[in-house]
Amino acid sequence: MYDAPTQASKLDQTDIKITANNVQVYYGDTHAIKDVSVDIVDRAVTAFIGPSGCGKSTFLRCLNRMNDTIDICRVEGQIKIDGEDIYDRRIDPVQLRAKVGMVFQKPNPFPKSIYDNVAYGPKIHGMTRNKAELDEVVETALRGAALWDEVKDRLHTPGTGLSGGQQQRLCIARAVATKPEVLLMDEPCSALDPIATAQVEDLIESLKEQFSVVIVTHSMQQAARISQKTAFFHLGNLVEYDDTNTIFTNPSDPRTESYITGRIG
Amino acid sequence: MPVIWLVLIVLALGAGGYVLGRSRALGSAGGDSRKLHSLPNYYGSNVAIKTLVPSFLVLAIWLIAQPIFVSSQISGQLPDGIVPEGSSVGLVMAEVRRTADGIGALVANGTMSADMAASAQVDPVDLTARLQEAGQVVTSAITQPILQAAQSYRAMNATGGMAMTALVLLIALGGLVYGLRETAPQFRARNVVEGSVRVLLIAAASLAILTTIGIVLSLLFNTVEFFRIYPASDFFGSLTWSPSFQGNSQLGIWPLLWGTLYISIIALTVAVPIGLFAAIYLSEYASKAVRSTAKPLLEILAGIPTIVYGLFALLTVGPMLMRVFGDEGIGWMQSGTAVMTAGLVMGIMLIPFVSSLSDDIINAVPQAMRDGSLGLGATKSETIRQVVLPAALPGIVGAILLAASRAIGETMIVVLGAGAAARLSMNPFDAMTTVTAKIVSQLTGDSDFASPEALVAFALGMTLFVITLGLNVFALYIVRKYREQYE
Repeated sequence: MYDAPTQASKLDQTDIKITANNVQVYYGDTHAIKDVSVDIVDRAVTAFIGPSGCGKSTFLRCLNRMNDTIDICRVEGQIKIDGEDIYDRRIDPVQLRAKVGMVFQKPNPFPKSIYDNVAYGPKIHGMTRNKAELDEVVETALRGAALWDEVKDRLHTPGTGLSGGQQQRLCIARAVATKPEVLLMDEPCSALDPIATAQVEDLIESLKEQFSVVIVTHSMQQAARISQKTAFFHLGNLVEYDDTNTIFTNPSDPRTESYITGRIG
Repeated sequence: MPVIWLVLIVLALGAGGYVLGRSRALGSAGGDSRKLHSLPNYYGSNVAIKTLVPSFLVLAIWLIAQPIFVSSQISGQLPDGIVPEGSSVGLVMAEVRRTADGIGALVANGTMSADMAASAQVDPVDLTARLQEAGQVVTSAITQPILQAAQSYRAMNATGGMAMTALVLLIALGGLVYGLRETAPQFRARNVVEGSVRVLLIAAASLAILTTIGIVLSLLFNTVEFFRIYPASDFFGSLTWSPSFQGNSQLGIWPLLWGTLYISIIALTVAVPIGLFAAIYLSEYASKAVRSTAKPLLEILAGIPTIVYGLFALLTVGPMLMRVFGDEGIGWMQSGTAVMTAGLVMGIMLIPFVSSLSDDIINAVPQAMRDGSLGLGATKSETIRQVVLPAALPGIVGAILLAASRAIGETMIVVLGAGAAARLSMNPFDAMTTVTAKIVSQLTGDSDFASPEALVAFALGMTLFVITLGLNVFALYIVRKYREQYE
C-alpha cells in the first residue's frame, strides 16, 4: 500500500514532543516496563512493535496516565510532554487526557448518537460557545476522520449501529474533536478487516499533519507502511528505537532482527 | 403394600437397571469402552430411565385417579335419602372415609380381624363403640348404609392398591428388560439420556407456567363471581370503602388504590435515590475491600422478614415521626401509623433491591466505555453521568419497576405501619390502608365465601395483579426501547 517512508530521516530531530526518561511500571509485584527512555517526535507517526505482553500497550497508557485507573499499577521515572512532567502533582490527569487523546483496540463508541459521540469531548471541556460552533467542530472532526460523507445524513442515529471500521473511525473522530496534541492508538486496526484497516491507515497518514501520533501495532507491515519512527519492545525493555527504515532494513540489535524476520514473538 | 415400599422397590429396580445396563454395555463391547457409542454410564442411565420414568408416571396418575374413581363409585352406591337435610354428599362421603380409616386402624392394631372387617355381619353399634374405644374420630353412630359403603370403600381401595402395585412393578420390570435389550455398542444411549434431560427441563418450565395460569384462573373465576353479586361500576366508581357484614357494603376500590400508590410513591422516593447512589458508589468508587463487605451487608436488608420491618415501623419510626410531626411538634400527625411511616420503612426495605440490581447492571457496562470517556479527558463523574448511567439505564429502570412491584404487593409493613382506615387524603401523615392490607382483613376471621365482602378480596387481588403485570410489561417495553437505541 505504502512504501516504507523515505522522508523519515529528514525529520527535524529537535522537534521533540514527548520525552520519557527511565520509566518503570509495576503491576503489583510484576515489573512490566523496565527502564524505558524514548523521545517521540512531533507531527510524525511513531510505532511501538513487539510480541504480546512486551509492555508496549502499558507504556502507551503511561503517556496519558490511563494507568492511573488501574489500582495496582505504579509508574516511576519521568515523562515530559512539551517539557512538562505529566506525573507532576500539579498536573490534572483529566486535563492531560484532553491533550493526549486515545483510540482503543476495540471500537468503543458510546451508546449515543453519532453526533453526540463526537460532541462528547467538546461538550465536557466547554470548547464551543453555541450549537452552531459545536456543529462545526463535529463536522470538522468527522471530515478529518473521513467519515463525514458516510454519516452526514444520519448523525442522530446510534453510533453503535455503524460497521466496525466506521465505528473505529468514529472513535478517532471523537478523539480528534477534543483537539489533542498527541494521539495514542492502541492497535486501532486489530478488530478491523483489510479494507477498514486501509481506511484507518489513510486517516493516520493525514492525522500526522496535525499531531504526534503514537501507534501500537502487531502488524510489522503496518508499522512499516505508516510510521516514521519505530520502537521495538521485548519483555518490558525498549530494545531498539530508530527511524522505521533503519529498524526494518538494518536493525542494530539481533533481537529486533529476529522479531521482524519472524523468529521470535 | 404401602406406596412408599412400592416406590423403594421401583427405585431399587432402577438402580439395579443402571448397574446391569452399564455392565451389559461393557460386556457387549468386550470390556473395551472405546468400542461403545457412549460412555458406559449412559447405558446404565438409559436403563434406569426406562425403568423409573414410565412406572412412576403410571404410579402418579393412579394415585391421583383412584380416590376420585372410588369416591364417585361409592357415592353412586349410597341409597337415596341417606343424605340428611342441610347436609351434602361430601359430608356423608367424609364420614364413609372416616369409618373406613377407623376400621383400617382397628385391623392394623389387631382388635379386629380382616375377615370380620369385611363381613356383612358387623354390627354398626358395636363397631361405633369399638371405634370410640380405640380413639378413632367418629362423629355419630354409624348407620348400616354408611358401614356398607365404608366396607366397599375399603374393598375397592384394596383391589385398586393391588392392581396398582402389580401394574407399576410390571411396567418397571418391562422397562428394565426393554432398556437392557436396547443396550448394544451401536445404541446411542448418550443421545437418549440427553433427550430425557431435555424433557425434564421442559416439564419443569411448563409446571411453573401452568401453576401461574392456574392461580390467575382461580383469581379470575372468583372475581367474576364477585362482580355477579356486586356491580363493577360501584367497585371501580365508588370513592367509599365501608364493608359491613350486615350487607349494604360500599366497596369502592379507590381509597385502597390511592393508599397503595401513595405509600409506594413515598417508598420509591426513598429507595430509588439512596439505592442508586449506593450502587454507583459501590460499583464505581468503592475499593474492592469496601465493596466486598458493604454489598453483602446491604443485601442483608433484603433478607429481613417484612414483619420485622413492620415492627420497626410500628415501634420506632412511627413514634419518632410523632415526636416531630405529631401534636407535640407540628401537629400534622394524629397517630404513629401513617402513610409516611409505612412509606419510609418500605423505602428502606427496597433499597437493597434497587442497589443490588443496579450495581450488577452498572458493573456489566463494558470497561471499554469508561476507558473511552476517560481517554477523552472526562472526569470520573462525567463518565458515570454521561456514559455509564445511560448505558445502564434500561437495566436500572427495570430494577426500579421491580422495586415498584414489590412496594405495591407489600403487606406486613402496611398492616402494621399505615393504619387501617380506608380514606382518600393528600396528607402523608394520615393513616390510610392499601389493597393488600384490606385483602388480609377481608379474608381473616369467619368469612362467608359467598358474600361480596369476602369475594371482594379476589377482585382486589385481580386488580393488583393487573397493575403489577402492567408495570412489568411497561418495564419490558422501556428496556426494549432503549436497547434498540443503544445496541
